[in-house]
Amino acid sequence: MNEPQYGWWLPPNVSVSGDEVDNLLNIIHWFMLVLFVGWSIFIVYCLVRFRQRPGHVAIYEPIKAAFSKWLEVGVGVAEVVVLIALAMPAWAAIKNINSQTPTDPLIVRVVAEQFKWLFHYPGRDGEFGRTGAEFFSDDNPAGLDPDDDVGVDDITVRGLHIPVGRPVIVRLNSKDVIHSFKIPVMRLTQDVVPGMEIAVWMQAKDTGKFQVGCAQLCGIGHYEMKADFVIESPKDFQKWLDEEHAYLGLDDE
Amino acid sequence: MSEAHPELGFWRKYVFATDHKVIGIQYGISALVFLFIGFCLMMLMRWQLAYPGEAIPLIGGLLRESWVNQGAMLPNFYNQLGAMHGTIMVFMGIVPLAVGAFGNFVVPLQIGARDMAFPRLNMMSYQAFIIGGLVMLTSFLLPGGAASSGWTSYAPLAVIATTGQTFWLIGMIFLIASSLLGAINFIVTIVHLRAEGLTFFRLPFFVWSQLVTAFLLLLAFPALQAAAVFQLMDRLVGTSFFLPSGLVVGGEPLAAVGGGSPLLWQHLFWFLAHPEVYVLILPGMGIIAEVIANNTRKPLWGYRTMVYSLLFLGFMSFTVWAHHMFLTGMGTTMSTFFQATTMIISIPSVIILSCLLITLWGGSIRFSVPMLFALAFLPMFGIGGLTGLPLGLAVPDVYLHDSYYIIGHFHYIVAPGTIFALFAGIYHWYPKVTGRAMNVTLGKIHFWLSFLFMNGIFMPMLFEGMAGVSRRLFDPTIYAHGAAVHGLTVMTSWSAWCLALAQIPFVINFFWSMRKQERAEENPWQATTLEWATPTPPPHGNFPETPVVYCGPYEYSVPGAARDFSPQFVKQEV
Repeated sequence: MNEPQYGWWLPPNVSVSGDEVDNLLNIIHWFMLVLFVGWSIFIVYCLVRFRQRPGHVAIYEPIKAAFSKWLEVGVGVAEVVVLIALAMPAWAAIKNINSQTPTDPLIVRVVAEQFKWLFHYPGRDGEFGRTGAEFFSDDNPAGLDPDDDVGVDDITVRGLHIPVGRPVIVRLNSKDVIHSFKIPVMRLTQDVVPGMEIAVWMQAKDTGKFQVGCAQLCGIGHYEMKADFVIESPKDFQKWLDEEHAYLGLDDE
Repeated sequence: MSEAHPELGFWRKYVFATDHKVIGIQYGISALVFLFIGFCLMMLMRWQLAYPGEAIPLIGGLLRESWVNQGAMLPNFYNQLGAMHGTIMVFMGIVPLAVGAFGNFVVPLQIGARDMAFPRLNMMSYQAFIIGGLVMLTSFLLPGGAASSGWTSYAPLAVIATTGQTFWLIGMIFLIASSLLGAINFIVTIVHLRAEGLTFFRLPFFVWSQLVTAFLLLLAFPALQAAAVFQLMDRLVGTSFFLPSGLVVGGEPLAAVGGGSPLLWQHLFWFLAHPEVYVLILPGMGIIAEVIANNTRKPLWGYRTMVYSLLFLGFMSFTVWAHHMFLTGMGTTMSTFFQATTMIISIPSVIILSCLLITLWGGSIRFSVPMLFALAFLPMFGIGGLTGLPLGLAVPDVYLHDSYYIIGHFHYIVAPGTIFALFAGIYHWYPKVTGRAMNVTLGKIHFWLSFLFMNGIFMPMLFEGMAGVSRRLFDPTIYAHGAAVHGLTVMTSWSAWCLALAQIPFVINFFWSMRKQERAEENPWQATTLEWATPTPPPHGNFPETPVVYCGPYEYSVPGAARDFSPQFVKQEV
């Protein structure tokens, strides 16, 4: 795995849908730059040509500014284009992905609390055990119901591992306050609101070791609320899952 | 109308004043002090960000034990500074300066009124403001310190926070009450007390901006007033307006009824806080319009269009609040609506900015100190507006939300935007208020240094945000992408400290000019609006004779006129 390179612009993108976000960001910023440079040239030109000096008088009559109409119409049109042609389809695409069930997704349940992330994988049975707020304790951070057999083989860990290429559905829950699940390299941020479960969808196109962070102020330890985020080949991912299973000590049966 | 006013005693004249000009000055001085305090809080934060974990120089050892460890800042203190910086700057600095000070002092003069419609209400509004402000500041002395849940005070975090939050809520209730009283006063004053001949379309643009601002305050603030009371009840009497069931805090189930909604707070908060953004900027635009018309020596281009845009802007500002909430799990219909309204609201802003730009064309531009600030406002507000574009669209916002990009964005609007406008206003109206002009050289030094360092602070933030660095982090370098842009963070911090030094010429100028500069004439800028018709400084009751208005507000360089300005209050020979 190569060390990811971070700089002064967008960080590396390892998400299959990230290019769309990056393109939109870059297009908008070019548009902004062009408009700003245009304005600046106009201002500087005016300041020089119309500076106060002996013999120079201001023109009382308003100029017929076709320029202004064109500028306003131009900005309006550009915004409509950006909105309708780029932003809405991109948002709809992301939301549709979220509302569809991708084929063969990996489902990870996330439990956020002050100031750590917990990642909850279904065990070999592929099903999550029943959970509830009343079951939370230090040795049961996911809040699994001890009487539910389905949950016995569930894996709860402090780092997020996903296989490359496979769709992943992340179901976000919070125990206490609002957190925000942010992975810059996946171009993903989603608030985690207590009292509701919010699901987001992601799919990685590259392997690597990155970080999940919290992007919503959640208290004193907010700044250190981060976790490892590992994207592995399906083989390595399976190996990691097997190790975690072995750690549960269920394989002897 | 030269009835004699009995000379008032010190207390009635300066402390329990009902004269709009004295109240304006009270607001102005208090707000400048609060701005300075808010600025100091931020300079402390910038130390931690640039040199995480290192002892704060000079004052590190003097701070409370619960705030620092061997002089180095603790995260709890950082969060207090962050929350209080935002609160102080917005609610106790900019709004009182833009509305309370400039609005109070200038609006009655510009409409030819002898005072505000309700002078006692005006006094009460200032008193509520100062009480609110003191409650906020006192909260730093509490055992747990001041509020630390951000200026947005999102529930449930704010509900379970220390007592500082209770003080924050009570302080807010006073500040909001102050704004509501002020807003009513402004609306009645502007509608009813205009001088003879001063029709709505002869009002200076500044008065229009104050009128729209007053409506925004009046209609938006009650939502937050109610929300603040709800949150206070959640904290003190065990209600659960903003608390869902089944919260487990620090391993212990929270003893609350549950059934509430954390998102309800966000809706109520942003229903206020987005119009509030326009409250922060509109009076600034008003000042800039005055200064630009006066210093280009020509009428504002598209005055009526600007007024209609302003009204439309005010109306639309109530329909965009949920663009602060794209990440809360919003559906496509909602996000489409709020993206569309957000794009629509940018149009009137672009129109106003374009009108101001086009006004430069064909002018005879005088580079006075207020004009320098006004000219800098245009591109700076431009950057602020443009960077709002990616944030208003949901997809880029998903990436940029709660990053340094948004900090850069709104500071470009408010700091080199509104604060520059306020500086322009101070330099512009100082001669009217004090009777003396400010020193030009010191003013120019102040301008150029401020312009340089403002950009040194906020431009790097846009890049940090693009690099993915989240806001409100006590130490962003613990993330790999945060450590990569640490150089930018250091640059921002040094710019901030230098910006503080750059204010020294202003402070010197402010006090020194009051005594030492030469006396100003009644109309030193050769302006056209009514405030320049009064003696300088204006006496109690303002106008020696009731003024009558004969023409529009910006009759500069009228062909055939003897001078290049034709004041509203002088009948022209036709």
